[in-house]
Amino acid sequence: MASQPIDQAAATLPADKRASVYQSTKATHEKRTKLLFDQFNDPDLLRRRAGEIKQHVIENLDTLLPAVEAKLKANGAQVHWASTGDDACAAVLRIMQARGAKKMVKAKTMVSEEIELAHYLEKHGIEALETDLGEFIVQIDQDHPSHIVRPIIHKNRREIATSFEREGLGAYNDDPETITRRARQFLRHKYLQADVGLTGANFVSVESGRLVLVTNEGNSRFSLAAPKVHIALVGIEKLVPRDRDLGVLLNLLARSATAQQLTVYTEFISGPKHATQPDGPEEMHVIFVDNGRTDVLASECREILRCIRCGACLNVCPIYRQASGHAYRSVYPGPVGAVLSPLLAGKKFPELADLPKASSLCGACNEVCPVNIPIPDLLLRLREKGKREGAPLAAVGTPPMGAWALMASQPTAWKAALFGGKALNYLPTKLIPVPALRAWEEKRALPAWRGGEFRKWMKQRRKS
Amino acid sequence: MHAPIRPSPFAPGERPKIQLMATCLCDAFYDDVARATVEVLEHLGVEVEFPEGQTCCGQPAFNGGDWPASRKVVRHTLRTFAGTTPVLLPSGSCAAMLRHGALLEFEKEADLPEVKALAARTWEFADFIVNALGVKTWPGRYEATIAFHRNCHNRGTGSEAASLALLASIAGAKVVPFGEQEQCCGFGGTFSVAFPHVSSSMGTLKLEHIRAAQPDVLVSGDMSCLMHMGGLAQKAGQPVKTQHIAQVMRDALKNSGKL
Repeated sequence: MASQPIDQAAATLPADKRASVYQSTKATHEKRTKLLFDQFNDPDLLRRRAGEIKQHVIENLDTLLPAVEAKLKANGAQVHWASTGDDACAAVLRIMQARGAKKMVKAKTMVSEEIELAHYLEKHGIEALETDLGEFIVQIDQDHPSHIVRPIIHKNRREIATSFEREGLGAYNDDPETITRRARQFLRHKYLQADVGLTGANFVSVESGRLVLVTNEGNSRFSLAAPKVHIALVGIEKLVPRDRDLGVLLNLLARSATAQQLTVYTEFISGPKHATQPDGPEEMHVIFVDNGRTDVLASECREILRCIRCGACLNVCPIYRQASGHAYRSVYPGPVGAVLSPLLAGKKFPELADLPKASSLCGACNEVCPVNIPIPDLLLRLREKGKREGAPLAAVGTPPMGAWALMASQPTAWKAALFGGKALNYLPTKLIPVPALRAWEEKRALPAWRGGEFRKWMKQRRKS
Repeated sequence: MHAPIRPSPFAPGERPKIQLMATCLCDAFYDDVARATVEVLEHLGVEVEFPEGQTCCGQPAFNGGDWPASRKVVRHTLRTFAGTTPVLLPSGSCAAMLRHGALLEFEKEADLPEVKALAARTWEFADFIVNALGVKTWPGRYEATIAFHRNCHNRGTGSEAASLALLASIAGAKVVPFGEQEQCCGFGGTFSVAFPHVSSSMGTLKLEHIRAAQPDVLVSGDMSCLMHMGGLAQKAGQPVKTQHIAQVMRDALKNSGKL
């Protein structure tokens, strides 16, 4: 029986890469669990509250989005709406061209990966430099991030040192501090030269129009301090109704993502530089990106839009740990990606219809999710969609169930099969007529068939 | 799932009665687990009915995305287990299918209320003994170091705590912790054949953690996980002894002459 693309990717992933992914995800997951349970009496209650806040947001986007637009404008920001990824890229370009801007420093934003902004800008003669260390390394290697929070979880420091040497960032040195110092030195000058700083936003408060950004490296703060223009690319689902909701969500985000109580930097941005302030961007633009999100909202999987991109589900997921992020062939890997990516793919759903299958449905992702997304249920819904729409990738390795269902609804047929199955005990593996059982036997011994023995025992017991 | 712990379905003084759904794995491979389930329940004075027409919970097709096929099987189960008597399964996974999975696939179906009613009276073995019957400790003796594998379908339900409480209370039994206990064993139904590499790697990793704790026996409330892990270990030439919690409890009674 053919195996799924993710299984093949896992089978061919180099052992050292798998070890990096496994060690790093395991350590973060264990630290996260300890931190949450040591510090909160009932972390589950907190997760459920956070889920309710975000569910409220996605169910009320029609009123919350105009409200946040008004607030942002009142704060002096300019607001743009982009229904597709191309629209969002074009909006960024327009803003840059209007200022004659040629250079951008970029903080880490997943939505910019999603809309492939850096490639687009490059094609239009604009230098868009990643300033997050991991994203910077991905960029110089012309690679893709393999984790939402840790883009280079699949790389080790020797690979990074080689890349730095190749890029003229000093002689080979794989000491992490040296690598970081060299990247910082290189980037310092770039902040000062850039015309535009681009960030995402982890949350936007509808009440105050504040953008909230959490980072650990300080690069987004530099990206905001030096250039004259700040552009924030924000998925339309990133809202919270009130400032005080941030008390719930910020408490969970860093703990879930990196097992920190709070990230090193938590920035609240309420607008461009005020007349009384000495520094800061003169212009602030917020681009709200849809890019398929309203379609997700209309689907049976809308809860996935609660996601706050912490990556906790990747860290705990045994399939992600075996396969790493690139196996998911999309911007969002792991359990959240297995739901979100096929949905955001729209008409290209069949190309990613295998992703919802890449789960043993163990439920660990739901257990750790800070906004309590029922990820296994959503994976199941997408499996049903894949089956209903006849997507070939969804079917790989899954036996057709029609004949089985017929048998399992006819007690006489079922009993006949139960007793008849004893023939399996005398068949060599190769001759077992059920492909799934044959596939099972390749990796695991099959127990002896004892079909009907319990029923016989039960009958005798009732007689006596 | 965060299913709340349910109150007992029986009135005080009422003789408890259940309908046993043996599950297809016990029907086909693990008859002794089904026998142990009956023996333990009858020892507790429970009247056990066994509807002969029973087949499977419908999970294979449900997980595979073929919901119409799965619903056909669940409807058969609805007919076979008609009435109001609680339905007991020696499997967290099959119980979760009837308690949760079926509700998903029947969301838009006219007979959803009947599915809901079945879900409400479906019990996993250990959950039933502790929370429906109020049995908190188990008599008898079972000399062994036990590694307990929590089935993933028992995340957030009352079953895990119930199983651990019962095992820990048996004289002579010692439950040992092991690394990454919360991780899945890699079975996942058809996942195990569609993702053979990942599935077996997960199982192998799990077995390494379990072996490091040096248990005499690996115990679970689900034969599917044990069939996968036991089968992997046997294929690798390092067999592990596996038992369903019902077998441990039955053997504890036997060892002390209570059965």
